[in-house]
Amino acid sequence: MNPWLYGVILLMCGVAALLLVVDLVRDRAAQDSHYLALAAIEVLVLVQLVWGCIALGGSERDVSGVTFVSYLVSVVLAPVVGAFFSLAERSRVGTTILLLAVATVAGLEARLVDIWSAGG
Amino acid sequence: MAESSTGEGGARRLDLSSGWGRALVFTYGVFAVAATGRSLVQLGTDADRAPLAYALSLFAAVVYLVATGCLLLGGRWGWRVAGAAVSVELLGVLSVGALSYAAADLFPDKTVWSHFGQGYGFLPLVLPFAGLAWLRHTRPRGKGALA
Repeated sequence: MNPWLYGVILLMCGVAALLLVVDLVRDRAAQDSHYLALAAIEVLVLVQLVWGCIALGGSERDVSGVTFVSYLVSVVLAPVVGAFFSLAERSRVGTTILLLAVATVAGLEARLVDIWSAGG
Repeated sequence: MAESSTGEGGARRLDLSSGWGRALVFTYGVFAVAATGRSLVQLGTDADRAPLAYALSLFAAVVYLVATGCLLLGGRWGWRVAGAAVSVELLGVLSVGALSYAAADLFPDKTVWSHFGQGYGFLPLVLPFAGLAWLRHTRPRGKGALA
């Protein structure tokens, strides 16, 4: 696992969560800026998916491959599903769903690092 | 919002998955996937290590799956079964949460509900209350409600 990639993803999650909370307090529906932030996270987790699979293949670590890859894939799916759910609710509910999706990504990232370092 | 579909004596199908219900479906869905994945990995790799904890993980997974499905389906039966599932979930998280502190040796490995869902940002503790509030908000009204 690349600590830089992990750090940037968590940073982006923090930025997105901040944007979402601000607009949630202002009672606004999900904005384009939120979807852009989510898209940026999506690109990063896609890079992580490829990187993670290569790292897993070339690693001597005793990492549970199935668990690790299923987390890598889940973290790619979470923002996409969240975005579709939030598009169906053009109110602060949609904003809340995006916040939940970002929280899911952050939670999965933490577990990913646990799984990777447990194998070290 | 869902109120529009619950009025008028329940003539229209009770919709539990729009408005705030959609946020609930998303969260319940995430937990259904997480709990199912966790219990399958646990039972598949070393089921003998902590049979009670792993069985509870599987039970939690089923409860989350039922709740997600019922919220998606809607209707009066969906409402009732979702109510039962969310109540079981609340009882589960409270009892397993309390037991994991009081009798830690029962749980050598964690479940979704251990320590009141600490490993999941305490969301498993908040979720049943949100679910019950939503079901109360969408309860069938008018003639023949809950009959």
